[in-house]
Amino acid sequence: MFEAIAFYLFAALTIIMFTITVMTSQALYALTAMAAGMIFISAFFFILGADFLGAIQIIVYTGAVMAIYAFGMMFFDTTRNVIEKRSNPQFVVVLGGLAAVLVVFIVLAPIVTTNLNANYPIDLAVGNTQAIGMVLFTKYLVPFELAAVMLLVAMIAGIVLAGKKMDKSLTLMAEEDIALMHASSATEITQEEAY
Amino acid sequence: MDMAFIIETIVKIVVILLVFSALAGLGTYFERKVLAFMQRRLGPMHVGPFGLLQVAADGIKLFTKEDIIPQNVVKPIFKIAPVITAATAFMAAAAIPFWPQFTVFGYTVHPIVADVNIGILYVLGVMAIGLYGPLLGGMASANKFSLISAARSAAVFISYEVISGLSLLAPLMMVGSLSLVDINNYQVGGIGHWIIWSQPVAFILFWIAAFAETGRTPFHLVANDHEIIDGFGTEYSGMRWGLFFIGEYANMFFISFVIAIIFLGGFGDGTIAGAFQLLLKVAFFFFFFLWTRAAWPDVRPDQLMWLCWKVLMPIAVINVVITGLVMMF
Repeated sequence: MFEAIAFYLFAALTIIMFTITVMTSQALYALTAMAAGMIFISAFFFILGADFLGAIQIIVYTGAVMAIYAFGMMFFDTTRNVIEKRSNPQFVVVLGGLAAVLVVFIVLAPIVTTNLNANYPIDLAVGNTQAIGMVLFTKYLVPFELAAVMLLVAMIAGIVLAGKKMDKSLTLMAEEDIALMHASSATEITQEEAY
Repeated sequence: MDMAFIIETIVKIVVILLVFSALAGLGTYFERKVLAFMQRRLGPMHVGPFGLLQVAADGIKLFTKEDIIPQNVVKPIFKIAPVITAATAFMAAAAIPFWPQFTVFGYTVHPIVADVNIGILYVLGVMAIGLYGPLLGGMASANKFSLISAARSAAVFISYEVISGLSLLAPLMMVGSLSLVDINNYQVGGIGHWIIWSQPVAFILFWIAAFAETGRTPFHLVANDHEIIDGFGTEYSGMRWGLFFIGEYANMFFISFVIAIIFLGGFGDGTIAGAFQLLLKVAFFFFFFLWTRAAWPDVRPDQLMWLCWKVLMPIAVINVVITGLVMMF
């Protein structure tokens, strides 16, 4: 009974939160509702007995959504409504509806054909964490390592892109040096444009 | 699920809430007294004996103050931000074993609300949600200094999550379990078996990260003191501001429990002596939070980031690799 109550409570909460995320024109509401929705999803993992995945869901999405907040802070005045440009609303409704129907089909197809069975059911003798480790490092080793390499590539690319002037500290430079640096970079840009 | 289990759990939750709310209040008193004695002052003296009733006076003041919601703030977010900080601090406590199990009138009590087998992950994850409080409070405040403080808090917390996670990885590899009870039982053999002796680097790293996660003084950038205003809390008044405070102090106590259980043997073999030793260790770590506040100035934001990414993170990674090599051979 408690599982059913918890499931319906968190299902309703998750749907409400993601609806707010999509519908609102307030950046702060959207971000906060998304963070809350992501955290409520972890409840389903806990109900299913997948404690490890539940905790990981909380940790990963807390940090990830916080990074999106940083973007929100940079691009919007988060205390005002964002004025969205809606040039073709019918088109958006049709595409969105199609995508939603498609997702329902993808999820329902294995259930309807009763093709759905757990490849790695929860074994109470082996802990949650150990079970995931075994699967990741035996059957899914290649995708796991590929994901790791992709993340490494992204990290190196990020450092290369962001780290151009990392050896210079604006805090420690004199005002004239900063002005000189800006002037030289401005001339570089005009030269590039000239080419 | 039987009724007795539900009633027992509710009683435990209420006890933890009451004890740690009271301790959070008393924590402010201890902080003032400790800071005062280190600076050769007397601290609160006038309300009650030794100023002990100052806590009650502060409580009355916070509860009865007018709750001001400024005009341009994003109201729902502004209202919910302090609740997030306080609520998640107490939710994180659900997986912490505060005391060894004991028997009262022939009934065995486990002083842990939910003995999940991923305890430490749950505690760190839920504490991390608590960092949304300062972030949302600052962003919803319609005040540029609050916004700057929110940006700083987001940067600090994202960075130091990495340190606390990586530094804990090495001891967890040795124990082979994420449950705080298992970690405690691993060190049951006494002072020689404490993880601090085999993982001193991880201990120091996690301790430093604990200061950043609770926003205590060497890393108190969430409310930069030399800006004179209170960072993300500038626009808050009354009990909403008080909730931020309760959350911060409760977090300090809970992270002290976590450090003591993981690195310093916790409650040991579960005797009464072990239980009181745990309380002494927690008291020491809480005192150390106050001691650093008296002894150290704040560091600059760029120094903080430099420390995190260029010093602490490489050390943490090297520590994990060395631990793995030692365990393998």
